[in-house]
Formats: sequence, C-alpha cells, structure tokens
Amino acid sequence: MSAATSAIKPRLLAPLALSGPTTLLFIGLVLLPLLLTVILSFNSYDYTAGIQSDFTFANYLTVLQDEYYLSTFWRTLRLALLTTVITVLIGVPEAYVLSNMRKPWRSIFLLVIIGPLLVSVVVRTFGWSMLLGKNGFVNSALAIVGLDPVQLLYTETAIVIGLVHIMLPFMVIPVWTVLQKLDPTVEAAALTLGASRFTALRRIVFPQAALGILSGSLIVFALSASSFAIPGLLGGRRLKMAATLVYDEFLIELNWPLGATIAIIVLVANLVIMLAYNRLIERQAKRKLG
Amino acid sequence: MQRNGPIALAFHSLVVVFMLAPMVVVCLVAFTPENTLAMPWNGLSLRWFEAVFQHADFMSSFGNSVRLALLSATISTVFAVPAALAITRYEFRGRDALNALFLSPLIIPHLVLGVAFLRLFSLMGMGGSFAWLVATHAIVVTPYTLRLILASLTSMDRNAENAARTLGAAEWTVFRRITMPLMLPGISGGWLLAFINSFDELTMSIFVTSPSTVTLPVRMYMYASESIDPMMAAVSTLMIALATVTMIILDRLFGLDRLLVGKG
Repeated sequence: MSAATSAIKPRLLAPLALSGPTTLLFIGLVLLPLLLTVILSFNSYDYTAGIQSDFTFANYLTVLQDEYYLSTFWRTLRLALLTTVITVLIGVPEAYVLSNMRKPWRSIFLLVIIGPLLVSVVVRTFGWSMLLGKNGFVNSALAIVGLDPVQLLYTETAIVIGLVHIMLPFMVIPVWTVLQKLDPTVEAAALTLGASRFTALRRIVFPQAALGILSGSLIVFALSASSFAIPGLLGGRRLKMAATLVYDEFLIELNWPLGATIAIIVLVANLVIMLAYNRLIERQAKRKLG
Repeated sequence: MQRNGPIALAFHSLVVVFMLAPMVVVCLVAFTPENTLAMPWNGLSLRWFEAVFQHADFMSSFGNSVRLALLSATISTVFAVPAALAITRYEFRGRDALNALFLSPLIIPHLVLGVAFLRLFSLMGMGGSFAWLVATHAIVVTPYTLRLILASLTSMDRNAENAARTLGAAEWTVFRRITMPLMLPGISGGWLLAFINSFDELTMSIFVTSPSTVTLPVRMYMYASESIDPMMAAVSTLMIALATVTMIILDRLFGLDRLLVGKG
C-alpha cells in the first residue's frame, strides 16, 4: 500500500518524525500520569502528615473489605448492568423502527435520538432532576390523577432513568449501523415463505444485529460504570457510585491514595470487561464469516 | 424493508418523548417569571436570562470554555494530522500499538484521567494553570480528530497522489495540492467533534480546573448541586440553543449521522 512513498523516503525516519511529537505527548500526558496514579495507590496516607512515599497494599485491603466501599462498588455494578439491559430493551427496537422508516422521517428521528449527544450531560441531568424532584413534573402529574407523590429524586431509580437517557444514543448508533448493512430482501423472503413477523425478527434480524448490540452494550456499560454527573446530581449525597466516591476521596476527604486505589480498580475492571467483550465479539464475527 | 405497525409507532413516540422531555422542560422553565422552578403558566419573562448575562462567574466560565475548546481542538488537530499520516502511509513496527495509544483516551474513563492529571500536576507543582488545562483537553479530544482524519486518509483514492508524482510533482507539492485538500473534510469534522467534546467535558475537568479556570460544565455542575433556581434553567436553555445550532450546521455540512455514527 505504501510502496510508492517508502521507496522515496527512508522507511523508518519519516513515520518516526511524523508520529514522534504525538507519541511524546501521549507518553508524557497519558502513560506517565497513569503510572504515577498506580504508584500513588500503593502509598499510605496519614491525616496529619499527608501522603507517605512507602509501599503498602493497605488501600486495596481497605477498599475490598470495608462495607461502605464494597456496597458502592456493588451499586455501581448493579446500576450499570441494569442500565445496559434497559438500553438494549429500548435501543434495539428503536433502531429497528428507525431503519424501517421512510425517507424524510428516518433522518429527522435519527437526529432526535442522537442529537442530545451534543447537549451537555449536566444540562440533561438537570432536566431530569426537575422532572423527578419532590415538586417536579412527574409528581405533579401523579397528583392530577389523584395519586400520592413518590420519592424519585435521590433514589437508584432516578440514577437509572438518567443513565438510560444519556446512554440510549450509544446503543442506537451501533445497532442502526449494523441494520443499515442488512439486506432487507432476506427478511422479506422469510415473510413470503410464511414466517411470522416475530419469527423473522428472531431468526433473521436479531442474529445479524447481535454484533451491534454487543458493541453497544460494551460502550453503555463502561460509560455507566464510570459516570459522574448523573449519580452526583440525581443520587444526592447518600447514593454514591464509583466516580462520585473517587471525587469525594480526592477533593473532600483529601485521601488521595485511597481515591487513586478506587480509580485504578475502576480502570482495571473496565479494561478486563473490554478485553473479554472484544474476544466475544471476535468469536461472533468469526462464526459469522464461517 | 417492513412498514412500522401501530405498536412500533407508539413505542417510537414514547422513546422520542423520553429523549426530549428533560430538555423541553428546561427550556420552558427558563422563561418563568417566578423565583422557583415553575412552569411559566402566568406569562413569560426573560429575567433569568438577564440574570445569566449579569452573573460574572457564568460569563467568565463561558469564556474559559470557548477558549479552551478552540485551543485544544486546534492543538489536537495539529498533532493528529502527522500521526494519521504515519499510521496510514507507512508500515512500521509498533504501528498498531501507537494507534491504540492515541485512541486510548476513549477507553480510559475520564474519571481516571482526571485523577492521573491531578497527581501529575501536583507532583510537578504546576496545577491550576490554563495552559495545562488545554493540554489535558487536547489529549482527551485527540481520538475524535484522529479517527476522522484516519477515515479520510484510508478512503481517499491513492491514484490521484501517484498521478501527481508521475507527472513530476515533488512530495511536498503532492501533499499540499492533493493529500491535504482530500483530508480537509476529515480535519474539519474532527476539529468540530473535538470542539464539542472539549466544550462539554465535565468529569475530567472537575479534577484539573482551578477557581480561575473553571469551565462552564464544571460551574454548572457545582451550581446545580448547591442551589436550584431558574437561572440554571436559563443557562441550560442557552446551551441547548447552542447545541441545536451546532447540530444543524454539522448536519448540513457533513450529515450528523455520518459524523456521529462514524462512517465519515
């Protein structure tokens, strides 16, 4: 592919010169800070003397044994999974409905679904806090129907609603991309051959959309598990998730080593899940190619 | 292609309402004449928009965010163009690793990046300056610029470059007259995505901003977690208006689906 260029320029010098500055930037501002954070997570912290430059597993032991931290990790995992499942249940049918739409409507509604990506997460979360608040619009609507108000804001329900809203575009986009590439005549053929609508969906559309669903769930899970603004604004002071916990340790408790430990655990969990998912997706892709 | 039945359309309407509800409510409440977050049943008022423009903190944060997004998107593009050329035009050892490194800010949670930058700057004794904030944002938005530039480089017709060479053009002329113009849609699309992502970034910024460099999302987050008055709704409405204008421009220029869905 690069035969012409490499014949003219020295093989190694040119790419080195071209990518060198960016490589240095990323070593200095991604790899180095990450390494420093890993080191920080093995330092101990003293409330009077500050960060000690020793080596200890104490932070990891604390985080993995203490009831408070464990319950926060458990909540993070649970809510991220729940969000992923709900976004699949809403996002996949929605992508299918979108792909079945006629010309002008299809692009208009695709904009409606993915356009909110351009609106700040803080703005959208603030919107939900108004809808779900004690005197919010959901409760006003309930009062009109004659029902008692419910506590929604500062509950796990509120966090999941907010997360699903933020994450839905990340599910619709990959599924939509896959559905675009499908040959619509195959589904039509199944229907002509007497398959019910449901069978055609289950046997033809769903298996082909599986790759899109997998990569969508990967993104949604990863982003939900490390989301900050939503648990921060909709979970209140009591309901912490991993990201708000790290924020507290760093900027309120000032126990940086413990905060770094939680951040590293989030990072490692993220990478492990990504790798596992990637292998799953590769296996799926291979099976599809035969 | 199947037609959507009534159940499918009812489901679709619910999804659309769900996606738009928080933004519609924010925009309505922003026009309230009351002191609380109430719907403007008793007439409309612009008093909360006035309050925003007289609020020194919000205005300075808005300025910070615009300057930050302009600078970091531009710097990221300047770094991403040669990197993309190296990755697409040359075979060399470690090429895949390099590509993965440049795209890694997409995989590393912003929370972790924020913590890592905070640690680096505190060790260097250089926290809180605007220049460092720009550097962190340039890192975070580089995957967006790089991906679109890579896409434009791999999809372009290499024969045009080879034809120019055969006709005796020097390497630099080939780049300036052929490669660069063909890269331009990727560069501008990537720059815009980078600008938007920098402008909206919260999770990392909250760790690396100082009182004098607070960005608009960070300011809004802090404001929303302390007090809830209609001014927050007014700021949010302005942000939604800005995003809508951006969305229309992006859609006209590139097609939003292509840009965000990533076939561009």
